[in-house]
Amino acid sequence: MRNSSLLRLLALALVAVMAVAAGCGRDDDGGGGEGGTASAPGCTDSEIHLGGSYPFSGPASAYASIEKGVQARFAEQNANGGVNGRQIEFTTYDDGYEPAKALTNVRRLITQDQVFALFNTLGTPNNLAIWDYVNQQKVPHLFVATGASDWGEDIQAHPYTTGWQPNYVDEARIYADYLKKEKPNAKVAALYQNDDFGQDLLGGFEEAIQGSNIEIVARESYEVTDPTITSQMSSLAASGADTFLNITTPKFSAQAIAAVARSDWQPLHILNNVGASKTLVLTPVGLENAQGIVSSNYFMDPESPDYRDEPAVQEYREAVAEHQPDSNPNESFVMYGWTAGSTMIAALEELQNCDREALMDIVRSIDVEIPTLLPGVRLTMNGEQDTYPIQGSQMMRFEGENWQFFGDVIDATTLVPGGSS
Amino acid sequence: MERFLETIIDGIAVGSIYGALALALVLIYRSTGIVNFAQGEMAMFATFIAWALTEAGIPIGLAVLITIAFALVAGMIIERVLIRPVEGGQELTLVVVTLGLFIFINGMATWIWGPQNRGFPRLLPNDRISVLGLDTTWEAVLLVVVLLGVAGVLFLIFNKTKIGLAMRAAAANPDASRIVGVPVGRMLMLGWGLAAAVGAIAGVLIAPRLFLDVNLMGAVMIYAFASATLGGFDSAFGAIVGGWIIGIAEAIAGGYIDFIGQDLKILVPLIIILTVLLVRPQGLFGSPAVARV
Amino acid sequence: MRRYLTGPVGWGIILVVAILLPFFTSSFRVGQFTLALCFAVVVLGLNLLLGYSGQISLGHSAFFALGAYVTAVLVGKEGFPHLATLPIAAIICALAGFLVGLPALRLHGLYLALVTLGIAIAFPQLIKRFDEITEGTQGLATSQPLPPAFLDWLAADQFLYFLNLAIAIPMFLLAMGLVRGKVGRALIAIRDNEIAAKSFGVNLSFHKTIAFAISAAYAGVAGSMYAFTIGFVAPESFGFILSFQFLAAVVVGGVATIAGAIFGALFIEFVPVYAADVDPSLTAVIYGAVIILFMYVLPSGVMGLIRRVAGPGKPGKEKDQAAGALTPEVGPPAGTRAGAPAAAEMSLSHQRRSK
Repeated sequence: MRNSSLLRLLALALVAVMAVAAGCGRDDDGGGGEGGTASAPGCTDSEIHLGGSYPFSGPASAYASIEKGVQARFAEQNANGGVNGRQIEFTTYDDGYEPAKALTNVRRLITQDQVFALFNTLGTPNNLAIWDYVNQQKVPHLFVATGASDWGEDIQAHPYTTGWQPNYVDEARIYADYLKKEKPNAKVAALYQNDDFGQDLLGGFEEAIQGSNIEIVARESYEVTDPTITSQMSSLAASGADTFLNITTPKFSAQAIAAVARSDWQPLHILNNVGASKTLVLTPVGLENAQGIVSSNYFMDPESPDYRDEPAVQEYREAVAEHQPDSNPNESFVMYGWTAGSTMIAALEELQNCDREALMDIVRSIDVEIPTLLPGVRLTMNGEQDTYPIQGSQMMRFEGENWQFFGDVIDATTLVPGGSS
Repeated sequence: MERFLETIIDGIAVGSIYGALALALVLIYRSTGIVNFAQGEMAMFATFIAWALTEAGIPIGLAVLITIAFALVAGMIIERVLIRPVEGGQELTLVVVTLGLFIFINGMATWIWGPQNRGFPRLLPNDRISVLGLDTTWEAVLLVVVLLGVAGVLFLIFNKTKIGLAMRAAAANPDASRIVGVPVGRMLMLGWGLAAAVGAIAGVLIAPRLFLDVNLMGAVMIYAFASATLGGFDSAFGAIVGGWIIGIAEAIAGGYIDFIGQDLKILVPLIIILTVLLVRPQGLFGSPAVARV
Repeated sequence: MRRYLTGPVGWGIILVVAILLPFFTSSFRVGQFTLALCFAVVVLGLNLLLGYSGQISLGHSAFFALGAYVTAVLVGKEGFPHLATLPIAAIICALAGFLVGLPALRLHGLYLALVTLGIAIAFPQLIKRFDEITEGTQGLATSQPLPPAFLDWLAADQFLYFLNLAIAIPMFLLAMGLVRGKVGRALIAIRDNEIAAKSFGVNLSFHKTIAFAISAAYAGVAGSMYAFTIGFVAPESFGFILSFQFLAAVVVGGVATIAGAIFGALFIEFVPVYAADVDPSLTAVIYGAVIILFMYVLPSGVMGLIRRVAGPGKPGKEKDQAAGALTPEVGPPAGTRAGAPAAAEMSLSHQRRSK
């Protein structure tokens, strides 16, 4: 008898716990936000609620610094009265770089947290996993943190999704263009990460050098789960190439640069933008091994003598020190987040009513200069004609202790005929 | 031909990295009878401690010694506090505890030091030297020499000393060992401490080349397991040789066999292990299992 | 009384709760429960292998991925109806499981674990290699199944949940039948004492490979469920860490139990999220600590707790099922341990157990 009443209690407790834990009641049919004249969730006259999903844990956790930069920018704006009188709240969840978790996070953000828009969700596979759902829900899916070209290829299919950074194909075109001028008969050895980032960049480069005398004589891939890239680097060093195209993420960029330094191979070293972080890559390797490496960038490097005294950069440093004191403002990912956050604010500045469609119209016709983007790099979109916000970049070379920019800002659309528009 | 020899050298350099962590795995296995999935993370954590010490200004040599001592003590504490309560129970429970430990330690390291990549000071300069006419670095040579040294020491301890015998007894048959007076608990603690210390040595030798971040050992782990499996889980030298074989096989397969290429080269250690285990289930250097009915 | 809780009444309660759930929880939670259903099926399959036949596999993320890709490719590229892909995935994975089970006959404990782990690590690479079929790292999107007309008053997430529930229920019933039937008894005999079982005429090779095949088929079905729940598959989704999660789920739920799969699946789906809610930067620390604490407090899993609370049961059947499950081998057979050349495989575990 004792046992059976205990059982019943247990059973009831189990049900009760699950009901409470699961959040009783279904309250997710869209509908009003926190009161006021809202016509869309997550937005009132005094507040706007954005949502994001980042890899705070797992193999891509180095990118988590991006979110810090975004939060610093929003905190700075909020301290100065918000945007159009609205305070920005940016709720983010960890997805560990896993598509399934990203989808769960996004469902939560949209249906439970009732955000007005998604912003800067990170990772190509993650965004590919969520964009169908997000577009179905007609939620703005803005300025995603990946350089894949997918986001601008077919905006009819996914009208609510936009990219932000120069896509990898455009970046590759810029390197190809530089090489055509610098070393028209270059023999290139390429190291690339075996995922859509690496394949996109390499593919873009291959396409851009067609018809020229530049030749890829060796290509080696690696997996993010590989412990070392020693054998790949040995093969490339022995290939007889005079140029090294280094398409890697920070940890592997460091290993690649160290491998080149260890060998007697002295190629022209082109490093992709993601791997060009002084804090994460060059300092660990030793700045003396980084001399002469070229790369490209589209936002101001906070340490570069070319930009460190810019008022926009000073403002950035002060704000990060105040709102995200645990972050290192020299880290390029933090500046990335700050610049992306500035973009979102520029868009929100035009937003009068809490209307998601209105926001999409604003974004699809945006034309602004962001303070921390390089002078000459404009952020523009124009409906079907221009589906990629940032397409300008400038080459930079590592000299002494910092990156030094050189040449003009290049608009990738002017490079190869048929460039992404 | 020279390219081929260079590939072999690459394989040995990389294989030594696998073997280094494999040594710690073999050590924990021989002295406690279990497999510790968190061994790599413990080694990573110890390496971070060493890094923090050098950042505070302590010279690298001294920092390494302090770290090894720290790892020894920490390993013993972990055994006493975290592992002892579940040691008498099911083996699977213990395995899951080590999995939880893996997640916990990785999370701890991320929380304390952040997920960023950083450099690690070398013990020896990075100059290239010529060994038997082939190009390599001091650092790679150091790794091999230290590994063989540690394996030698372990071999001596386990096979030639009383304490080694006591450790082996405690692992193989705790109850009978108790009856003859072996302090089983203390032997297990010692085993965990030593394994953690070897892991720390592995970490400080590996980090200069692989760069230090919280995922340092995650990628190495499976190769370390493969090396230990290939060598036979109860042989220290076997672990190192296993590591070399896998490193060389991978380098050759990745470099020369186009069908496999770099993306499928993970299959190489897998196929090697499978083949060896089917033919010789105790690994190359392990002792055979005997089942008494 | 224990018979009731672990028998029809207990299952009845679970079923009622499961059916009511989607009407009382927000849609993202329903999505989580739907994922938990997928995991429950694969964890059940792994438990059949591990708990009942004593063979360990760290390779189930590969079978899971295989099932998911079979469905994704057939639905996303060839336009098959979703449910039709379930039996196809099951059969293909059963074959794969059988093929793995063959060499597994000669491997035990740790070595089997490591070889299967190798498979789990290699599989995402194979996905990338055969990218003409799988779309490689780009990932493959599949449409989600739509409710038929008579059910379209259900919200999309609720329909998906019930669809997965409708698939999971027969999988559980099948497992129960297997375990209580001839095959199950043979497997338990093998697990407890291979040599004795053999001398009783149990066909070791057949049963052990069948166990692998069935277990893999379960993982494949679960993978299919996953594919149309998420609507997107990519190699990143199927890393080997998933295999570790499945193993943890088996142990947390209770080895050699059927209902344990439910609790294990709920654990691995919800605890990380709760940990993140407590403090995003401490998620892993909390999750790891919870796993460790769970093993101290409930070493026989949730089902172990329920059995203890419910009181002593009928001697016989269930005790047999549970008893031997205490020692599925994970450490290598006795002889490979240093200095212990001649001890029978099982008896070493018995000695360790008697501490």
